Amino acid sequence: MVLVPVSTVSTRNHPTDSWRIQRPTIQYDKCIRCMICWKYCPDNAIEIENGDESAPNERIAKMEYPVINYSFCKGCGICANECPEKCIDMEFEVIE
Amino acid sequence: MKSVTEFKTIMTGNDAVAYGAKLARVKFISAYPITPQTTIVEKLASMIANDELDAKYVEVESEHSALAAVFASELTGVRSYTATSSHGLLYMHEMLHWVSGQRLPIVMSVVNRAIGPPWNIWADQSDTINQRDTGWMQVYSESNQEAMDTIIMGYKIAENSEVMLPLMSMEDAFILSHTSEPVTLRDQDLINEYLPDLDLKFRIDIGNPMGYGSYDTPDGTFMELKKDMVDSMKKAVRVIKDETEKFNQMFDTNYGGLVERYRMDDADYALIAMGTVASTARFVVDKLREKGLNIGLIRIRYFRPFPYDDILEDLKNIKAAGVIDRSVSFGYAGATYSEIVSALYGKINIPVSSFIVGIGGRDVRIEDIEKIADTVRNESSGVYWINVKKVI
Repeated sequence: MVLVPVSTVSTRNHPTDSWRIQRPTIQYDKCIRCMICWKYCPDNAIEIENGDESAPNERIAKMEYPVINYSFCKGCGICANECPEKCIDMEFEVIE
Repeated sequence: MKSVTEFKTIMTGNDAVAYGAKLARVKFISAYPITPQTTIVEKLASMIANDELDAKYVEVESEHSALAAVFASELTGVRSYTATSSHGLLYMHEMLHWVSGQRLPIVMSVVNRAIGPPWNIWADQSDTINQRDTGWMQVYSESNQEAMDTIIMGYKIAENSEVMLPLMSMEDAFILSHTSEPVTLRDQDLINEYLPDLDLKFRIDIGNPMGYGSYDTPDGTFMELKKDMVDSMKKAVRVIKDETEKFNQMFDTNYGGLVERYRMDDADYALIAMGTVASTARFVVDKLREKGLNIGLIRIRYFRPFPYDDILEDLKNIKAAGVIDRSVSFGYAGATYSEIVSALYGKINIPVSSFIVGIGGRDVRIEDIEKIADTVRNESSGVYWINVKKVI
């Protein structure tokens, strides 16, 4: 038998939130659920959730919506740049 | 008795290698054309187009991508193949480490060609000698038949559970790649018996996800993984000998294990060569034997793992040896020479000379080898460039 480099420890156990300088925040009342941010996230740090209460109208409330996983988001800002509604804000992280 | 359908024909080294890959039942091929390798993958592509070979062929934009594609396909447990040459091999350099480090038993054909500048497409082993430390096994063939059979033996050796390292199979540019020779096409059923399907233990499996190409820390197992590659390279020596012997018995061939010896039993002097230069050297050995000089030839087949033990055994009664290299380490001597002298150091104290020949495809003539044999007989030691012009 030989040693083969295969890892069974998931990267889920290694959060990278401390890498982030800027934090994206989605304004759900403006978000049209186009999921372009989810498509473009280079780190799969945007996840999909079922229907949302805080939607701008009832039709959108029934649609799936994007949620940023802040444990893995590295704050690159691609989602904010690509958002057609410009409803993702980038703000500097504040250390308290 | 099983019916055996071996078929003797005439073909170029590149066609022979392509048939070797076909006989080895490769399922995935990705390559980028480069002279003088091009006709290998051209042949394989036409076999696939004509439904003679059940495999997937993926065209890519570079050699780096070709080996990356082969890396990925092999990692799914599919026997994969590629071929390259010279600058293309150098462009693969990073992926060579990825393949060996991931312990993927890929077999790749390399047609030995010079590295520029100036641009030169002829035979020169500098390209693969450059890749000595990448964790790949290296075999240098002397005939088209050997080039074909080495692909088949290569998969058997690389896929051995004690080895699990990739293998490069070499032919000298044009001297083998584009020259036609008689070649026996092996019987597919017998090959299937010799070489079973690939059963990769750790492979990408959707139902059982694991991390490949992850990172490791100084306190992790990085160092152990690298040491294990060295251990496996050592274990490969035994596997190579066993599998070559098995092949010899099944197909009535006569390949040496890591080295091939010619008239060495009672020899006083030895020539050591690798690749097609050995054919010329063998002719010179016969010629000098007629004149009463007890000289023999050792042909290095495997440069990695290097046959240190074989060399010690073969040279124990030798008065002087000459190592012929078709490559050079700038600032030192030939690559095989440095391996030989390190094998002998502290154990056998004889004069050994390094002879640099055929760089950039310069013809290696009978009189060149005779001159080498003459120098060896004078028991001198040094580094000599053979058939080199005075230009300044």
